[in-house]
Amino acid sequence: MLVTSPDAAAAATPPDAAYVRSRGHAANVVRKLLRNPIAMGAAAVILLLIVVAVAAPWLTPADPFETSMFHRLSPIGTPGSPLGTDELGRDLLSRLMLGGRLSLFMGIVPVLLAFFIASALGILAGYAGGLTNSAIMRTIDVLYAFPSVLLAIALSGALGAGIVNALTSLTVVFIPQIARVAESVTTQVRRSDYVDAARASGASPFAIVRVHVLGNVIGPIFVYATSLISVSMILASGLSFLGLGVTPPQPEWGLMLNTLRTAIYVQPALAALPGVLIFITSIAFNLFSDGLRAAMEVK
Amino acid sequence: MADTEATTTPHPLLPSLPDLGGPRQPLLTVRGLSRHFALKSAAWFGAGGRAVVRAVDGIDFDILKRETLGVVGESGCGKSTTARLLMQLIEPDQGELVFDGQTVGSRSLPLREYRRQVQMVFQDSYASLNPRMTIEDSIAFGPRVHGLPARAATTRARDLLARVGLEPARFAGRYPHELSGGQRQRVNIARALALEPRLLILDEAVSALDKSVEAQVLNLLQDLQREFDLTYLFISHDLDVVRYISDRVLVMYLGQLIEIGSAQRLFDQPLHPYTQALLQSRPSTDPNHRTESAPLAGDPPNPVNPPSGCRFHTRCAQAQAVCSARMPTLVEHGNGSRVACLAYEPDTGYRANGSGLIMKEPIHG
Repeated sequence: MLVTSPDAAAAATPPDAAYVRSRGHAANVVRKLLRNPIAMGAAAVILLLIVVAVAAPWLTPADPFETSMFHRLSPIGTPGSPLGTDELGRDLLSRLMLGGRLSLFMGIVPVLLAFFIASALGILAGYAGGLTNSAIMRTIDVLYAFPSVLLAIALSGALGAGIVNALTSLTVVFIPQIARVAESVTTQVRRSDYVDAARASGASPFAIVRVHVLGNVIGPIFVYATSLISVSMILASGLSFLGLGVTPPQPEWGLMLNTLRTAIYVQPALAALPGVLIFITSIAFNLFSDGLRAAMEVK
Repeated sequence: MADTEATTTPHPLLPSLPDLGGPRQPLLTVRGLSRHFALKSAAWFGAGGRAVVRAVDGIDFDILKRETLGVVGESGCGKSTTARLLMQLIEPDQGELVFDGQTVGSRSLPLREYRRQVQMVFQDSYASLNPRMTIEDSIAFGPRVHGLPARAATTRARDLLARVGLEPARFAGRYPHELSGGQRQRVNIARALALEPRLLILDEAVSALDKSVEAQVLNLLQDLQREFDLTYLFISHDLDVVRYISDRVLVMYLGQLIEIGSAQRLFDQPLHPYTQALLQSRPSTDPNHRTESAPLAGDPPNPVNPPSGCRFHTRCAQAQAVCSARMPTLVEHGNGSRVACLAYEPDTGYRANGSGLIMKEPIHG
């Protein structure tokens, strides 16, 4: 038949609904994550910590800044102060809740900033290769040569105490580590046949990075970055402990650990509390990151 | 079914490319193509002693319109490097490519346009598809890069899927890991065809497939060749497959072209001693013609430091003193055949021993 009716034309190109569309990568990852009890438990802990920290100003049972000379270092279980009071008589539960804000902030934000900067640098170095790669990666290696704790302390020390300075130095500390991962994953993807096929189709490097490289490298880089959140929290606590991060009377877990240190023989349980929270948070982030890594593995 | 009748109609934004020089003009003329890779470790010790791998060392050949040119040779002889050089995935050190009368990279044929005319199918069907993309998106990527609207590109991708034997409604939205090796290679072929190329480079494209699937894909390739007037450069280590599909065959050894000729002539009467040995190394299906001794012993010499004179003289049964001193040139040997062997070159000092280079035993295919 030569005459093509509109019906026949419609049959030749069935509507999109008729096409089977497989679940995408993101949906697969979420599905696998939901089936992983450890990752879900860790996610629940992280969520709880974040909710409590964010809502802390409205949740705290007592004023976290009100000192009382008569109720210094009261033990856990004291009426009115379920988790006791610190060396200045401030309610510890309220301070721990409010302190979570800065601790989590200092854990997540530097890693996030470093993730964006380092991914851009690493992907550029990995895809461009050659001289560009050498220039970027050798510069980064200079920073990488210092132990991260030392680098964070040195930078913070040079910049001075304060949240913004601590944030900056932590970001700088994490850029080399994430950039290295980004560069190696990108180099791997760049050598793959599908990138060669895309180059053979005449696509510009920008289009290839956007369409073919980004989707394949951002997952592994992100997983690696999430594993650094706990490190960032501990480093930030360390900086505060040394007096380089958050300044008193602002509550922050590392800083609280520092000030309660003097009470370690009088009230060891009190002194350990901020440390326990740091520990729980970093474990939760690490377990979640492990789950994410497992969920992203393609069969 | 409507799906199987799909055809790729040229889109106004991506018009088909015309045949410029007529049927007699070679589609692709390769002249003096060379690519040497510098060895990383040696690069530290000054330019003087810099070691290079001569992966492809000055090869000349033509690919005729609508033919299938087979390329054979041992591993490491430069087959794949040649493919990548022709696809311009790596830059040649020297040499010129002329596509249908136009120099590649010149103003009349910029690289981007050349890439519409030449496409490639890789050996590893899985590695050559983006694992995060549905196969229709993978196929549609090329046309979109060349300006086709998303909708039209997707339609073209689905038409092509139907054409390579994959029902679009079932396969278009799938991811590479959900397909079998043969299905993936069909997808790769569809992707290569999406830009309506005239030359398809098939680099071991069927080597990784099961024999039965391989046969299906080979038949598909032959059908597509007729339908779309395609020219194939078919690279394979499988001599029987090359014989089955090729019109002409090119033999490479250590980065050089040593023999080229029609498939029938080359398989029935191989000229170069290396080609003879290569063909004899095939296992025979006839138990009465077992291969008793290896016709070709050892590995090819190191391409960093190739032998002097004829590169094959170290393993050649017919080698004479002159072979290590003098480099053979590619000479005509009747009927469009060319061979690079001193025995076929006049006045080289090679003494014919009466029987010439006729093989002692006939070859059984």
